Amino acid sequence: MMKRFAFPLLAILFTGSSVLAQQQTVTIATVNNPDMIELKKLSTKFEADNPSIKLNWVVLEENTLRQKVTTDAATGGGQLDLFFIGLYEAPIFGKLGLLKPIENLPAEYDVDDVFKSIRDGLSYNGKLYALPFNGESSMLMYRKDLFDEKGFKVPEQATYDDIKKWADALTDKSKGVYGITLRGKPGWGENMAYIDTLLNTYGATWFDMKWQPTIESPEWKEALTFYIDLMKKDGPPGASGNGFNENLALFASGKAAMWIDATSGAGPLFDKKESQVSDKVAFATAPIAKTPNGAHWLWSWALAIPIKAKNADAALKFAEWATSKEYIKLAAADVGWPRIPPGTRKSTYDNQEYLAAAPFAAVTLKAMQTADPNNPCIKPVPYTGVQFVGIPEFQAIGTTVGQNIAGALTGATTLDAALKSSQTAAERAVKKGGYLK
Amino acid sequence: MSAETQLQTAAAVAPPAPEKKNPILTLLMVPAVGSLFVWMIVPLVMTIIFSFIRYNLLKPEEKGFAGFENYSYLAGDESFFPAIINTIVLMGSVLIITVVLGILLAILFDREFFGKNIATLFVIAPFFVMPTVSVLIWKNMIMDPVNGLIAAGMKALGLAPIDWFGNYPMLSIILIVSWEWLPFAFLILFTSLKSLDQEQKEAAAIDGAGPFQSFFYIVLPHLQRAIGVVVMMETIFLLSLFAEIFISTKGGPGSATTNLAFLIYSLGLGQFDIGVASAGGILAVILANIVATFMVRLMAQNLKGGR
Repeated sequence: MMKRFAFPLLAILFTGSSVLAQQQTVTIATVNNPDMIELKKLSTKFEADNPSIKLNWVVLEENTLRQKVTTDAATGGGQLDLFFIGLYEAPIFGKLGLLKPIENLPAEYDVDDVFKSIRDGLSYNGKLYALPFNGESSMLMYRKDLFDEKGFKVPEQATYDDIKKWADALTDKSKGVYGITLRGKPGWGENMAYIDTLLNTYGATWFDMKWQPTIESPEWKEALTFYIDLMKKDGPPGASGNGFNENLALFASGKAAMWIDATSGAGPLFDKKESQVSDKVAFATAPIAKTPNGAHWLWSWALAIPIKAKNADAALKFAEWATSKEYIKLAAADVGWPRIPPGTRKSTYDNQEYLAAAPFAAVTLKAMQTADPNNPCIKPVPYTGVQFVGIPEFQAIGTTVGQNIAGALTGATTLDAALKSSQTAAERAVKKGGYLK
Repeated sequence: MSAETQLQTAAAVAPPAPEKKNPILTLLMVPAVGSLFVWMIVPLVMTIIFSFIRYNLLKPEEKGFAGFENYSYLAGDESFFPAIINTIVLMGSVLIITVVLGILLAILFDREFFGKNIATLFVIAPFFVMPTVSVLIWKNMIMDPVNGLIAAGMKALGLAPIDWFGNYPMLSIILIVSWEWLPFAFLILFTSLKSLDQEQKEAAAIDGAGPFQSFFYIVLPHLQRAIGVVVMMETIFLLSLFAEIFISTKGGPGSATTNLAFLIYSLGLGQFDIGVASAGGILAVILANIVATFMVRLMAQNLKGGR
């Protein structure tokens, strides 16, 4: 009985296994941002062009993604072949030897077309460790119609004094219009991302050259007093719960006259289907206070391959495809030029079609080219990163300080108490981490 | 009678067996009990070991025995004591709200009325909504001071909207968690109520007992065991409440809504410091054991009292 089935069974097993052997599965972990969801949708074209590669998507929220990716990379679990990481993790992971260096890219990929600031941000010791999928900086977004009504003109480089003047004049709480909305939700990548740029431009630093935290300095107090007063007077209620998404919704539904946040917010604001102010929004360079250093941030989501990846070659092939000029054209055909993954290649910004369809492109380009994570502050500092400090301990420090600032914003604590508590927390963290002796 | 026996077993009181134990029975139980023991002990021992060494995923050069360094780092944090207080406040408030409302709802549903089935469905439904979803809907669509339903209602009445999460963060979280757990309490209490002998209540009514007397002297004692079950199960889950806090306030403002679980996350896992996170886990285990000891004492009194 068994003998009759032996041959066909073996035949099936052999053919089956040879098909399996040829097909490589690339497990790719991604954050659930719109650009990446679009990539997932269009990746079926890549699979059609490369039948031997199958993509297995793991879509996660940002914090969960960061945890899963870090755990997988650091423990060498090998569960992921490709994942999205940011400008914050790439140099840290690169330094720890957790990623495969990206080398020998084909000429038509044109790696020099990618913005140098991003390439440097994703490298360690001169080696590139991730291919950028999208990039962003921060800028000022404002309601042209409300500004025209009051006769306000936004200069080439606005200052925070201008912002205060405009916010005070444009706030009309009875009509439900707030002069400005800014991030307030605690988190190192949430409210601290914006507040870091405010601190930088007021001349503040996180640490001095000896790694002593400088949180109780006059610059911090000045910057945060400005932030809290501005939000109390001209900001929406519930500001301490507003992150990027909430502020986007507020501005898109016409409730805020100004918003200083990621350049990637411009795309959805400009989309008629998602925004009620698509024809009324204008863009300008992020404001400065005392120094232009670090006044707008630099961030990029990039694809990286862990050292222990099982299908590294297939993973690299997909990463090259996803970050290529061809993909950008593909995305433009599908969702329109304003919604392509922005901020990575110079060629995108040379494209007349893009510049015509996306009025925020010029401001974004300038911001991307001038953001410098290697010189975030006007004083010398031992760290890199505009809206973060490029050490692993920063996630905890940033979140604790973010919580304290949110507490000062709601009035639950005084600003002095919040600064004191933040200084203590930062000191403990860098002492434990061995930075501060 | 059968419902009572079920509840007794659920409360983990072993029925006394007057006859001699058959040794074969004990042997047959070894694989099941043994694997349960292994499932429990291996992670516990690993966590204890991790809590005494330096282990940071992002800093592999940090190795070696750390003694009580991880514990003192965690316990020395400013938010540590507030976190313990917050954990107990959160747990206690939700327990009180869900048990009291659960009893009231159970009594309300203990009669026939028009639309009872649909009403029961609505009461039970919140338990099946994922915590992340409930929090987001409550935070952004109901409690939001600009766009929320409550704000709209207050504006219609001419009042200034309340900034729930800004000014009353702990209360907001307690309300949301109570809403999520009320169906659970209701279900268990309702089932227990159904097992109450109607004849007892009728007899009491004939003897002249009013509704309040009937409630306090007949219904409530009968429900004691079910309340015990509800309290114990909710305590287990509420001690490690995390999702609601993470999604809505991220432990803020300040440390107003940081509970022990969130503190462990932000100090340990947030920077991938497994040593500190494990130390936090052990501290949480100790806290849970203290709470559980109290609970068991209370419950044991009530359970044994009835016999």
